[in-house]
Amino acid sequence: MKRALLKVVSNEQVGPYSLIRVECGALDPGCPGQFFMLEAPGRVLPRPMSVCLAPPGELGFLIDPIGPGTRALCALEPGEAIHVLGPLGHGFRLDVERPLLVGGGIGMAPLPFVSDLLGSPPTVLGFRSEWHAEAAALMPHAEVVIEPTYVTEAMPSGHDVLACGPEPMLEAVQALAPDAQLAWEAPMACGYGACYGCAVEIGGELKRLCVEGPVLAAA
Amino acid sequence: MLLLNASGCLDALVAPHVARAHDAFVTKTITPLPRGGNAPVRIAETEHGMLNAIGLANPGRDLFLQTLPRLQEVVQIPIWVSVGGFSAEEYAETCHLLDGRDEVASIELNLSCPNVDEAPESAAEIVAACRAATELPLYAKLSPATWDVAETARAVEAAGADGLSLVNTIRGLSLDERTLRPTLERGSGGYSGPALKPIALAAVYACARATALPIVGMGGVYSGLDALELVAAGASAVALGTVLFADPDAPTRIRAELGAELSARGFDSAHEARGVAQRADVHANVR
Repeated sequence: MKRALLKVVSNEQVGPYSLIRVECGALDPGCPGQFFMLEAPGRVLPRPMSVCLAPPGELGFLIDPIGPGTRALCALEPGEAIHVLGPLGHGFRLDVERPLLVGGGIGMAPLPFVSDLLGSPPTVLGFRSEWHAEAAALMPHAEVVIEPTYVTEAMPSGHDVLACGPEPMLEAVQALAPDAQLAWEAPMACGYGACYGCAVEIGGELKRLCVEGPVLAAA
Repeated sequence: MLLLNASGCLDALVAPHVARAHDAFVTKTITPLPRGGNAPVRIAETEHGMLNAIGLANPGRDLFLQTLPRLQEVVQIPIWVSVGGFSAEEYAETCHLLDGRDEVASIELNLSCPNVDEAPESAAEIVAACRAATELPLYAKLSPATWDVAETARAVEAAGADGLSLVNTIRGLSLDERTLRPTLERGSGGYSGPALKPIALAAVYACARATALPIVGMGGVYSGLDALELVAAGASAVALGTVLFADPDAPTRIRAELGAELSARGFDSAHEARGVAQRADVHANVR
């Protein structure tokens, strides 16, 4: 992991979300599903964000402004700079035969990067509204469902599933695809194993998601 | 001047290069039995700090003692073991097991975790029991949430403590802005970060007047100037806590900033600046 001050290249509105692109400087984009800690201007703690896009020289993060930290990030303007630490944690294993990407809401964030590396495999994205579904423009080949239809109703069987989304969605995906690789989420102060804040129950024990995950193979 | 990490704010096995940027590594608090810690959510950011209710998650002392040689190999700097427990006897047993372990430079007694329910015996009773159990240096980590922390400092000094660690987090509560329910599953948690600095300064200032013990000052240190203020209040060493979460490069940065802040005031060393807040004969103007 490395920490660097990176310049914001652009901030584009995608439905309710912001796609923030920063110059990647000396940082390695890592593997899809890994994450970076982004300094949230004016806040005490940085925020963990998975990489959405990693074109040469840039890192793109898709951010939902749901709290003071993410609102500060979504207010960044081109030319401003923030400290970025990463890449952190374990991402998706990409050596799968029949990949299927499944994303729910802002949980689609890491999937465009996965899709780029896997050559646009079949993808199902679910959103709560047409407005939220505007983010699907980042993955033009994806099948999109909107509530009350759920991604699990549109998932073809017989695939190696890589999924990210809200917890109930991940649990439903896991029920259909027990071997799925699932990217989970937890509040994190540090992202590198120091704070023990992001504990989740894994195999009956509380473990740090930033160290063990955030992508976990379904048990 | 020694720069340490605050207990519970760094895992040297996961981030060894961050640990090695300090002068000594302080472990997460070790209890006799393994503890998974509190149920999530365990952390919450507030406007000027953060709350944690980790709940002394640790592998327990048996497993810890097994991994101690590997820890020493990895960190390559002196190791301070933070010891916790739920009775004076438990603390003393762990101190006894650490006694004679050459991997251990010092013991910090966590007498003040705000995130567990069991009421501890008095700080002085625990220190006295541990004093009888080990010859290792004993630092008593005290809570600032007391009417007179200097009185506790005098009591632990009399009980045989070799130093003080000031301060632990202080209990706080945050509410979810939507639901108005506590953000942390446990309810309240330990408050740390920038907001803790004046509280730490007051505790260090009071204890440095009350005892002759060396003091590790901590609480809201984000810059070299913050570290210098703790030294000026009476700290002989400084520990970094919450800042490490936001910036793992903080030890190197703060050390450099501290050097610059000292020279700007004409001090040759942090030692020279120690306690100047208490002294009328030293005038430390920025040049």
